[in-house]
Amino acid sequence: MPHIKLPEGLQGIRGPMAYRPETAKPLNELAETLLRAPNSLAAGERELIATYVSYLNDCYFCQTVHGAIAAAHLNDDEQLVKRVKADFRHADISDKLKALLVIASKVQKDGKLVTTSDIEEARRYGATDIEIHDTVLIAAAFCMYNRYVDGLATWQPHDEDLYRERGKKTAREGYVTMSKEYIPQQEHASQGA
Amino acid sequence: MPHIDLPKELPGISSGFAFRPETAKPMRELAHVLLHEPNSLAPGERELIATYVSSLNDCYFCQTSHGAAAACHLGSASTVKQVKTDFTQAPISEKLKKLLVIAGKVQRDGKLVTTEDVEAARALGATDMEIHDTVLIAAAFCMYNRYVDGLATWQPREEAMYEKMGQHLASEGYRKPSISQQSAG
Repeated sequence: MPHIKLPEGLQGIRGPMAYRPETAKPLNELAETLLRAPNSLAAGERELIATYVSYLNDCYFCQTVHGAIAAAHLNDDEQLVKRVKADFRHADISDKLKALLVIASKVQKDGKLVTTSDIEEARRYGATDIEIHDTVLIAAAFCMYNRYVDGLATWQPHDEDLYRERGKKTAREGYVTMSKEYIPQQEHASQGA
Repeated sequence: MPHIDLPKELPGISSGFAFRPETAKPMRELAHVLLHEPNSLAPGERELIATYVSSLNDCYFCQTSHGAAAACHLGSASTVKQVKTDFTQAPISEKLKKLLVIAGKVQRDGKLVTTEDVEAARALGATDMEIHDTVLIAAAFCMYNRYVDGLATWQPREEAMYEKMGQHLASEGYRKPSISQQSAG
């Protein structure tokens, strides 16, 4: 049972987002910019970073839904998503992404753990400043989303099919568009800048 | 030295915001809604939650700038210090103490928050919205703190700069930069 009275029938972050549209708006816009807007890192790679950090934070909803979105971007390769969670160093991903996942995993614990040599390693494989910036911010942002979802004890049904379908749709339509499904009055609820 | 080529002379999160305006916009908006817009929790109380979580995360820039904003709202820098060292003895409401217990657990792991923690806050008058915002402020500062430290941003040890920043944040909120490239440094 959620710690506060959230709208019923909405899984994970959707409950509190529908409860508080004023904060849902920037939360969805941040996810859209970081994970889905055009970027030299593919959407599938960015979703893998989000999934991995959510896995480290042991957030069932976020690691499952973002794992499903990652798979949808990566030709439905659910096995690859599983391998990244279990042992990304031996997964079939680029060396650049492996170096970025090292940075993300340190940010998950404490930003101060990221070293100059971690950054140099990522740069050696071609990572740009924007890619390093976005990796740090994706990892940091999922330390927020995960705590938000778990800290309110949201409803997180264990239903792989549901997340698979949701993942495909979110990969196609994006976070801001999808949010209109469960926050119908979003445009009027915020005075966003 | 920052890990990436951030705009010079801008401290802490301001440099990340100037480097990437696309992500700065929703991050500013979130802080503005959570900390500055009208709410049954006073802005000073919400800034104390942000400051406390930032001190648990050992983020110098965030705990000092939000500590300065809290001090400005509350008219007391010593209350801010007490909240960071031992909030149970600080001159704040019992309700806020219970909310800080929840925030402290969210800082470690959201799953640590128990029904009893929430009931204890409710028994002292906390509303669902206040509990929601406490959880999200604590969660959001787990993001801001890691962003600021994960890029190794410049975090000068300069009290006067933070005091000025705190005054700006307390009066203007978070939608506009609190420090400009020209006036900084």
